[in-house]
Amino acid sequence: MSMELSILLSMIIPAVGAVLIALTGKIPNVRETVTLFTAVALFLNVLSLLGPVLDGATPEITLIEMVPGLSIAFKVEPLGMMFSLIASGLWILNSIYSIGYMRGNKEKHQTRFYICFAVAIAATLGLAYSANLLTLFIFYEVLTFSTYPLVSHKGDENAVKGARTYLGILVTTSVGFLFFAIAWTFSATGTLDFVNGGILGGKVEGPLMGLLLMLFIYGIGKAAVMPVHRWLPAAMVAPTPVSALLHAVAVVKSGVFSVVKVIVYTFGIDNLVASGSAGWLVWVSGFTIIAASMVALRQDNLKRRLAYSTISQLSYVVLAAAILTPISAVGAALHIAAHAFGKITLFFAAGSIYTAAHKTEVSQLNGIGWKMPITMTAFAIGALSMIGLPPTAGFISKWYIIQGAMSSENFLALGVIVLSTLLNAGYFLPIIYAAFFKKEKAAKHGHDGHHDHHHGDHGEAPLPIVIAISSTALLTILMFFFPDIALELAQKMIGGAQ
Amino acid sequence: MSAHLPILQILIPLMAAPFCVVLRHRDIAWFISLVVSLLCFAVSIMLLDRVLVEGVISYYMGDWPAPWGIEFRIDVVNAYILLIVSAIGAIVSLYGRHSVNKEIPKGQVYLFYTAFLLCLTGLLGMAATGDAFNLFVFLEISSLSTYAMISLGKDRRALTAAYQYLIMGTLGATFYVIGLGLLYMMTGTLNIVDLHDKLVQLDDSIRTLKAALAFLTVGLSLKLALFPLHLWLPNAYTYAPSTVTAFLAATATKVAVYVMLRVFFSIFGIDMFEEIGLGDVIMVLAIVGMFTASTVAIFQNNLKRMLAYSSVAQIGYIMLGVSFLNATGLSAGLVHLLNHAIMKSTCFLALGCVMYRMGTVRLSELGGVGKTMPWTMGAFVIGGLSLIGVPLTVGFISKWQLISAAFQADLMPVAFLILLSSLLAVVYIWRVVEVAYFRTPTHHAGFKEAPLSMLIPLWIMAGASIYFGIDTDMSLGVAQIAADMLIGGTP
Amino acid sequence: MESFTFLSPGLYNYWIVIFLMMVGFYIVISRGNLVKKLVGLNIFQTSVFVLYISMGKVEGGTAPIFGEGFETFSNPLPHVLILTAIVVGIATTALGLALVVRIREEYGTIEEDDIQAQEDETR
Repeated sequence: MSMELSILLSMIIPAVGAVLIALTGKIPNVRETVTLFTAVALFLNVLSLLGPVLDGATPEITLIEMVPGLSIAFKVEPLGMMFSLIASGLWILNSIYSIGYMRGNKEKHQTRFYICFAVAIAATLGLAYSANLLTLFIFYEVLTFSTYPLVSHKGDENAVKGARTYLGILVTTSVGFLFFAIAWTFSATGTLDFVNGGILGGKVEGPLMGLLLMLFIYGIGKAAVMPVHRWLPAAMVAPTPVSALLHAVAVVKSGVFSVVKVIVYTFGIDNLVASGSAGWLVWVSGFTIIAASMVALRQDNLKRRLAYSTISQLSYVVLAAAILTPISAVGAALHIAAHAFGKITLFFAAGSIYTAAHKTEVSQLNGIGWKMPITMTAFAIGALSMIGLPPTAGFISKWYIIQGAMSSENFLALGVIVLSTLLNAGYFLPIIYAAFFKKEKAAKHGHDGHHDHHHGDHGEAPLPIVIAISSTALLTILMFFFPDIALELAQKMIGGAQ
Repeated sequence: MSAHLPILQILIPLMAAPFCVVLRHRDIAWFISLVVSLLCFAVSIMLLDRVLVEGVISYYMGDWPAPWGIEFRIDVVNAYILLIVSAIGAIVSLYGRHSVNKEIPKGQVYLFYTAFLLCLTGLLGMAATGDAFNLFVFLEISSLSTYAMISLGKDRRALTAAYQYLIMGTLGATFYVIGLGLLYMMTGTLNIVDLHDKLVQLDDSIRTLKAALAFLTVGLSLKLALFPLHLWLPNAYTYAPSTVTAFLAATATKVAVYVMLRVFFSIFGIDMFEEIGLGDVIMVLAIVGMFTASTVAIFQNNLKRMLAYSSVAQIGYIMLGVSFLNATGLSAGLVHLLNHAIMKSTCFLALGCVMYRMGTVRLSELGGVGKTMPWTMGAFVIGGLSLIGVPLTVGFISKWQLISAAFQADLMPVAFLILLSSLLAVVYIWRVVEVAYFRTPTHHAGFKEAPLSMLIPLWIMAGASIYFGIDTDMSLGVAQIAADMLIGGTP
Repeated sequence: MESFTFLSPGLYNYWIVIFLMMVGFYIVISRGNLVKKLVGLNIFQTSVFVLYISMGKVEGGTAPIFGEGFETFSNPLPHVLILTAIVVGIATTALGLALVVRIREEYGTIEEDDIQAQEDETR
């Protein structure tokens, strides 16, 4: 099988999967088998590209050229390889989890859910492999629109409102700023390709380059740099598997992935250093890290707390890229992976608690660790990774980012990282402490009959959920001990960029 | 035979129209109009092919040489417009049978086809002729038959809409004649090429010339519904029969734009036009129109009216491209003529299907229609995506070209405004998508998909909105040739 | 304007044209009666006819007849053009009147305000 075919298959497999899911929607068992089968097939397909890419190949294919210079083209470079591996790999686990969650909660419209999920994954892979800004933009938008039905899944007023905020912010920023920036780039350079070392060198000067960078950063609303972060908490109305895979991995990572790609391949690190127009980004992302952590501290709703944590962690990646040293760029790439494993675990845990105990608030979690030991252990592992403590993946990436900050003597960035680490500990450790060491509060009766029914007599979540959550927790730890592949890919990325 | 192609284009529908009246049978009339429009389409393809290969074709009516006789002069621009009009005509006739039978009283259907053929004659004539006064005659032929077609709408407001359009349209046409009279006074000729040759010898500063340009611009702006002279359009499009709306939205305003381009670039020429400074005025009007009309569109419940306002906004894009006064902008405007014709007819044809099955196009009554009529709404969404300008649809190509032109003219804020206005399009299209797909059906079961004879033409257009978004040789390629030609003056 | 001697002496014909034009235009805009609007439209068009016809006049010119004693001709072309325009005008008026008849059948009135009022009621 040629590599070009594998690239296309990465989008075709989930797309075909979506069609098959639609056709088999009437029979849930078949439908879910199709989902799982598609996810595994996709992962194997993506995996087949890993070997060649590690060997230094960058397979590429141009699908359509609409106007000279404007084309739909794909190219697998190391960063995209890593991203696609994460997304497709976690899709398998997430599908297993979804089955447990959707059935456990008796959700409606399950077929639509699986279809949109498959489409979103197809879009994510398209984005990961995009060879130019236009292709990236297209898949970025497909991803936005295909996730709308997932966010508004519940269909009640609250869900629709949240989904509209989600869509509104992402579309406005991407069309208004990102597309504008792309058009500007094209008119300045005549190309949109991702090229090692960037394409803007000498084409756009000093302050204008800063403005263009700003358009890109805020245009990529999915990176959730403040103040365009509001969509992420709004999207938490979605069912938890959506929050887990999409709003902790696929969608938000598409954002920071795009930011890293734009900084490395469109601007070029050296060009940005030379023009000195990226200094503001350190401030903005630093501010986002701290501010989002502060907000997270005060959230009682578990998913919202996780959402703000995500915002802060995303800005780690942006910050790492903005430090503009090769080693911090490695950190950025690693953090995409590390945060993915950790955050999906945390969301899985939140969904697991919701399914088994129907609890959504942090203050309800006292003593839950003894009823749901696996879930809460996994949660603890994820939380450690967020804080950046060994033996979890978060430590590795944070290590590289700090190294980068030291090497460029960027003490602002260093300070932000130290402070935010404390804040992270501040909003995660109390949850773990309460779950294991506090006594459960007396039940509040009369609030909701449904809740009471489960109250006190729940155990661990359904089996598929437990399988999924232990796998991701395990991955978080494994990445600490075996970071080789991720590290190699990340170093290839900057190796090429220099 | 092939020497007479230019006149055949007009003669075929003109001659066929009386047959429809005489035979008084609705199916025969439909068949005649289908055959005729297909023939016109074939002729226009041959014409474009010949023009691209051989260059300009001049055809002298009755062998009277220009500038005394009437000249039909086909260059790339004309041929391109002829192709758009006749292609839409063919698609609409293919589509119209069921829809027309349902929406127009039985006894009047054959009259509808008569008016349709006459309208086609007029529009093709406007595009083909090289004589400015002859153009006025064709303009009135098409307009009069248009008024009649609009008044055939089921709703009684169709009558007032047609009347309103008649008043505004006649005013517009008369303004055109006044402007032309002033030009004739200065030059003594009515042939477009000859006019240009004589005008360039005159002093730019002559006030009569400016007055002439002003009259012509205002008159044509009325016909092409440039904001704020668009007031006739929303009602006319809303209450006309669906088929008529689809046809008009895709052709009538487009041909008026074409005439405007002829006046600006072929008669006056870019230098004189630039000096008079009308471009800036048009740019402002176009931008204001884009925003105002799109905003109004967001608040419409009747989808036809929503698309009508969207048309006003889209005409703003076309004229914005023209107002940049560079080749890229003009080609953006020209390619948007075609692209907008494709996407808007897709949308209106889809609404025709909805109207046919559901008997309404009010958004509040269409909950869940995406599930009962998946093919129809699928096509509508494709058309809608084009209106927004999503990549891989035709809308993207025109918008990209337009933005490039704005950058080229160093008008970065304008490029930004273009994108902002696309966001408004996102809003009004998304409203429909949300109701059609995510709302539980408000109507009862029993509604089903539209008949195949309507779906096929609909999907031809939907397919075209994707095809021309990917392969731009035929659309943008030709538009660029045409734009270079217009900018370079009449060759 | 001196260089265009074939124009008729003085400019009073233009004043007539402009007067007619404005009268017609004003009627179209201000009157609510649909028939009166059409009358206004006709006056408006007539002004254009006068504009064309008067510009064809050549001082001392006669009708374009070839023969003894006819040397200077008025330009016949504008007259011919206006013949066409008159035909178009008649067609427009006829269609307009037909629409008015139909509107009266449907609404029972030809006053714009009354029609508007009826529409507002049904809304």
